[in-house]
Amino acid sequence: MTTSSNSQKRQLGVLNSDVITLSHGSGGKAMRDLIEDVFVRAFDNEKLSHMEDQARIELSELQAKGDRLAFTTDSYVIFPTFFPGGDIGKLAVSGTVNDLAVSGAKPLYMTCSMILEEGFPVADLRKIVQSMKQTADRAGVAIVTGDTKVVEKGSADKVFINTAGIGVIDSRFNVSSSNAQPGDLVIVNGTLGDHGAAVIAARQDLAFETNVLSDCAPLNLLIADMFEACQDIHCLRDATRGGVATILNEFVRDSKVGIKLAEKAISIRPEVRGICEILGLDPLYLANEGKIVSIVPPAYAGKIIDVMRRHEEGASCSIIGEVVESASHMVTMETSFGGERVVDMLVGDQLPRIC
Amino acid sequence: MCLGIPGQIIEIIDEEKKIAKVDVSGVRRSINIACIVDEEHPCLSCVGDWVLIHVGFAMGRIDAEEAAKTMALLQELEEAQKEMEAMSRPPS
Amino acid sequence: MKYVDEFRDPEKAKSLFCEIEKISKGVREKLGRQIQLMEFCGGHTHAIFRFGIEQLLSKDIELVHGPGCPVCVLPMGRVDDCVALAERSDVIFTTFGDAMRVPGSKKNLLQCKAEGADIRMVYSPLDALELAKRYPEKEVIFFALGFETTMPSTALTVLQAEADGVTNFSLFCNHITTVPILESLLDSENLCIDGFIAPGHVSMVVGEGPFEHISSKYKKPIVISGFEPLDILQSIYMALAQLESGRAQMEDQYSRVVPKDGNAPGLNAMQRVFELRDYSDWRGLGTVDKSGVQVTNEFARFDAERKFPVANVKIEDPSECQCGDVLKGKIKPWQCKVFSSKCTPENPLGALMVSSEGACAAYYNFGNMNELQELRKSTEIADVTK
Repeated sequence: MTTSSNSQKRQLGVLNSDVITLSHGSGGKAMRDLIEDVFVRAFDNEKLSHMEDQARIELSELQAKGDRLAFTTDSYVIFPTFFPGGDIGKLAVSGTVNDLAVSGAKPLYMTCSMILEEGFPVADLRKIVQSMKQTADRAGVAIVTGDTKVVEKGSADKVFINTAGIGVIDSRFNVSSSNAQPGDLVIVNGTLGDHGAAVIAARQDLAFETNVLSDCAPLNLLIADMFEACQDIHCLRDATRGGVATILNEFVRDSKVGIKLAEKAISIRPEVRGICEILGLDPLYLANEGKIVSIVPPAYAGKIIDVMRRHEEGASCSIIGEVVESASHMVTMETSFGGERVVDMLVGDQLPRIC
Repeated sequence: MCLGIPGQIIEIIDEEKKIAKVDVSGVRRSINIACIVDEEHPCLSCVGDWVLIHVGFAMGRIDAEEAAKTMALLQELEEAQKEMEAMSRPPS
Repeated sequence: MKYVDEFRDPEKAKSLFCEIEKISKGVREKLGRQIQLMEFCGGHTHAIFRFGIEQLLSKDIELVHGPGCPVCVLPMGRVDDCVALAERSDVIFTTFGDAMRVPGSKKNLLQCKAEGADIRMVYSPLDALELAKRYPEKEVIFFALGFETTMPSTALTVLQAEADGVTNFSLFCNHITTVPILESLLDSENLCIDGFIAPGHVSMVVGEGPFEHISSKYKKPIVISGFEPLDILQSIYMALAQLESGRAQMEDQYSRVVPKDGNAPGLNAMQRVFELRDYSDWRGLGTVDKSGVQVTNEFARFDAERKFPVANVKIEDPSECQCGDVLKGKIKPWQCKVFSSKCTPENPLGALMVSSEGACAAYYNFGNMNELQELRKSTEIADVTK
């Protein structure tokens, strides 16, 4: 961000353009207007308003909240930019908030770094930034510093966002993908594959019409309550790309155990199932943006489920399987038909199939 | 091979090109129904029909009567099985 | 989902498993060995693994997974031709998603796309035709593959292109037919298959006739089957009942979808647009006469092979590959020399590892648990010692 030693509130610049041009990335007045009018105005917080090259955070503030800093970064690229149930901005905040929260951390501050393609409509940018602000407010985090670059038409697809975030981990919590123990239960907070299916349906080239919405949401409040219900949650991750199946495979590999799922206990929306049947996809591997997989000691499962149900994002949570001993560290599933099959790591992307 | 999914025709979009909209578990899409239209089944009469969809084409009409027959056979088997089980269980 | 969920009912499955168990004992004794049934179609193979049918099935029966996955049997030379066509700057190459990862001799379509070729995945050939209308300055080539089930859709798309006066649309035709390959399997020596589960969706197009013909010619029970687990179990039961009573007939379990004479409009379109090729190459199975189709002269202007130079070079399958033996039921996937070592879904060597419907990939991914667990354990140990 441009520098200004004047810390008091001052008049913000005004952006007078309908589209982003290379001059908005040039470091001059146009860039300053863009940053002030679009970002600073929307994100509006004390730390950002100083407009220093960096946000400054008191160590004492962090120390009071726990004993470890959680620090994460993620880049967001999605087509289409706006999809049913969300947009790239909501995704960029939710994703980083969730990446922090699954460590047991309370997410506090975030960055917002954007790469814009020349010609991107300013109205769309404002919508995205507004959506980031709303999502950050909902999660109780502040976006305190950022950066903008503009690249020539064709050098990027509309808008890419990188967000980094920090949070503080309460000294009572110690969650890790290597903590799963035989007997533990596997809990997810709702239906699988909503985001993946919504995005597939939103892509014009497949021409599907559905009412399915992306589940994209910040889950830190839900997760905080889960940790209050059980300080000893063994494993916790958000099931984004690669779906729940991929996360479970990471758990069994890192914890040197097996996991046995019950297909019957896994809920999938009818439309998501419809899309999967038509394209021959497996919902266990579809992306989610508001789903977490937790592995918990069986004695706490009931209590955790109770607190999850009080949240909108956890209302349809369920126990989908259990951790078992397994020398081969495999995830298996008892099918609703009564058989058993392996749920393996995917080689690449799931591609739609006709056969 | 040959992924085929049952869906229901809910609307005729283009009678001349034989394009209809189908519903598969709440997902809707336009598909070609040329393979299930004939003199006996003119285009407009197909609304409500259940069809087998493959790569954007209705490749066949699903025969409800035949489906029921297959089901009935399986049902019979299930009941016979349950009776056998009941008989083999010691009287309580 | 109507016509889906009721055919996945586990309660009804239980009684079918029981009946199968009972009847298979007698048949096994009669044969003096395990009963071998082949499901021809990759869709059946996929369902068998997806629902975990194999472990629940009587151990008197062994399911042999057939060559009915059109993606798997695509020969390397044809993939190379796809790559060459796709790399032309004047071409938008369209394909079903399945074909993207099939290995050519140098690269697959996914790599080709990454290098800059304009390759687009479509759900339907009609979507490719729409692209041709949207980009009149480009040639849109549709990679037509699949068995008879898929042929009417591409034939009708060509007829639509003709009706709409579209001149920048063509097929790279790789459609193959079920009956000749089934006959070539049945003609091969040491084939150890007692009965067949036949592809229901191919039959929906071609009718019962071709399978009736095979059944009477080779004196084997053949049951045309649907794709839900109860369909498959019932078909297995019907095949066993034939073996028990010494019959060898074509029977149709999938009567809700398969008309006796097939689909007339579909067959008409196929006859207009396609004609038999003298021979076609199959990955893992060699060259089989009259086992594929090409575009007829009447529609030559929609044939990418005539519009553009296509090398059509035959590339031999890797010599270690034992796909043929797996397909004939001689060995199980995991008994192949290269299974899970040189041949994995990531780097498939043979046909059956290519698509998730191929028997080897299905075993690798969904697997017969006991064998898989043993295998994984031993490979892990091997890794440690490296």
